This record gives sequence, structure tokens and C-alpha cells, in this order.
Amino acid sequence: MEIKVLKNILSANEQLAEKNRALLDKNNVFTINIMASPGAGKTSLILETIKRLKGKTRVGVIEGDVSSSVDAEAVGKEGVPVIQINTGGSCHLDANMVGNALSNLPLADIDLLFVENVGNLICPAGFALGEQRKVIVCSIPEGDDKPLKYPIMFHEADIAVLNKTDLLPYVKFSPDAFSQALKGINERLKIIPVSCTTGQGLDDWVSWLEKQMTAR
Amino acid sequence: MHELTITQTMLDIVLEQAKKASAKKVGAINLVIGELSGFVEESVRFYFGFLAKDTIAEGAALNFKPVSPRARCRGCGNLFELKEFDWSCPGCGGGDVEITAGKELSIESIDVE
Repeated sequence: MEIKVLKNILSANEQLAEKNRALLDKNNVFTINIMASPGAGKTSLILETIKRLKGKTRVGVIEGDVSSSVDAEAVGKEGVPVIQINTGGSCHLDANMVGNALSNLPLADIDLLFVENVGNLICPAGFALGEQRKVIVCSIPEGDDKPLKYPIMFHEADIAVLNKTDLLPYVKFSPDAFSQALKGINERLKIIPVSCTTGQGLDDWVSWLEKQMTAR
Repeated sequence: MHELTITQTMLDIVLEQAKKASAKKVGAINLVIGELSGFVEESVRFYFGFLAKDTIAEGAALNFKPVSPRARCRGCGNLFELKEFDWSCPGCGGGDVEITAGKELSIESIDVE
């Protein structure tokens, strides 16, 4: 006897992500899921953004790592509300973990929420958290072929921040090859080259953020 | 990726459905797996063999229906199959496309006694 099931195995996460999104919208919190390889500059970008938005926008952060609170401590020093999620082994954040974190944040006092995902260019792309935008942080030393190797991540992203431009004279990276690789996967993906070390390009990134927040 | 957790979730859904139907044995599980889903059939089979032991789904045949990745061009509306490394629209050449198929992971039906 055949029993029709027609069930999406991933629906549990999707439903929780929608619940998170509803809560964030209700509290007018603009939420960004920041994804990248380990060491690309997710935390640095968040820290530099907090400094530039001080007094203008109330920022909150959810940090996701397998272990340690190194990133949350750094963010905490900037005086913004932050929650550290330790996944204990999971290689990506999921909507359930983020939902729990949200209930421990003062959402009424936050305008812009960064969710720093676990360092990983594969798995986070498959797990919605309830965010409004997905940002991928790539970096010069990683090489210009990453869009070819991780197409789903680059396809899902709303914007790519290309960090560590200060290292261009020292490592092999062709901006043309990078753009070409991206063209075949997500042509509309805006690339903002930055250096969290020198400050280059960060004003463009903050402008983009502010435009996104006012446009919704 | 994550085939162990996914296979466990799949098995939980199957056993719940079988229980609802008062079934004594699950003979087959019919799955749909998109080629962009990130899930690998071999790994699901491997974990299933391990997890289904001592359940009424032990020994059930796993049938995978693959779904090729397809997209819709946001520029001209063209529907097409995605090629490796090049997801641009073969109609207008545009690179703003929406993936419409290929990310599925679902249980279509189960065969029980």
C-alpha cells in the first residue's frame, strides 16, 4: 500500500526561520546573516561597522562559533548587546539556535542586527535564519576562484564584501577573474572591496547598509 | 552534507507516517533529491542502513528521484536548466536568475504492509 507523504525534510528549519523573521519585523530589526570562510574578516567587518554607526544606529550582534567567546568578547567591548552561540560541533547556525538567541536580546532597542555565522562557505547557505539580507565576506588571500567552487553561497548572497585589499600587492588575485567567475553564478551580486585594516571601502559598505535599511 | 541528521529526520517522518497507518513494515521509501541540495545519495543510504536497524523500516528500499537544477531568468522570464559554472540565461545572457528547482529534499511516499 502506498502512502503519500509529500513532506519537505528541511521544513522544520524553514518554519522556525519564518517565525524569527516575523519577530524581527515586529520589532523593526534589520537583520543581516554574515557568512564567510574562517578568517575572512566577518568579526572585523562587524567591529568596524559598529564604530562607524555609533550614535546613529543601534546595533546588536549574535555570534556563532563552534566553541569560545572570543568574538563576542571583542564585540562586547564596543558596548553593544551581543549573544554568543556555541554550536558545540554544528558547522552552521540554524533558525532554532538563532530563535533562542533572539529571546535573550533587547530587540526593542536594536535597529540593526548582525548574525555572524560559523566560518564555512558551504552549509550556512542551506539554512535560513530569518534574516533580511545575506552578506558574504570573501578575502583577497582566498583567491579569485571561490565563486566557481562555492556557487550556491555566492548565488544566495545579496552582496559580497571583498576584504583585505591591502594584501593585493602580495598575493595572487585577479579582480577580473573574480568578476568573471561571479558573472556566471550571480551577475547582480554587488562587490564592495574593503580593507578592515586600512579602512578603505568601509564608507561604501556603511552607505549600502544605510540604503538597505531605509529602502524597506 | 549533514546526511546523518537528515537521514534521522527522514526516518522519523517515515516511522510517524507508518504508525499513523498502523503499518507493520515499510517496504520502500520514495525520495526526491535535488542535485543542488548538497545531499549525497550514497551517504544517506549508508546512514539509513545503520539508523533503521530494529525499526519497521529496516531493509526498506530507498528510491531516489533526482531533480536537475533549473532556473528562471529575472530579466526575460526564460526557464532553463542550469549548467555547471555558468548560471547565466541562455536566452538573453542575463546573470540575474532565480533557482526554481534542484534544492529539494523530500519524501514523496512510502510503501507499507
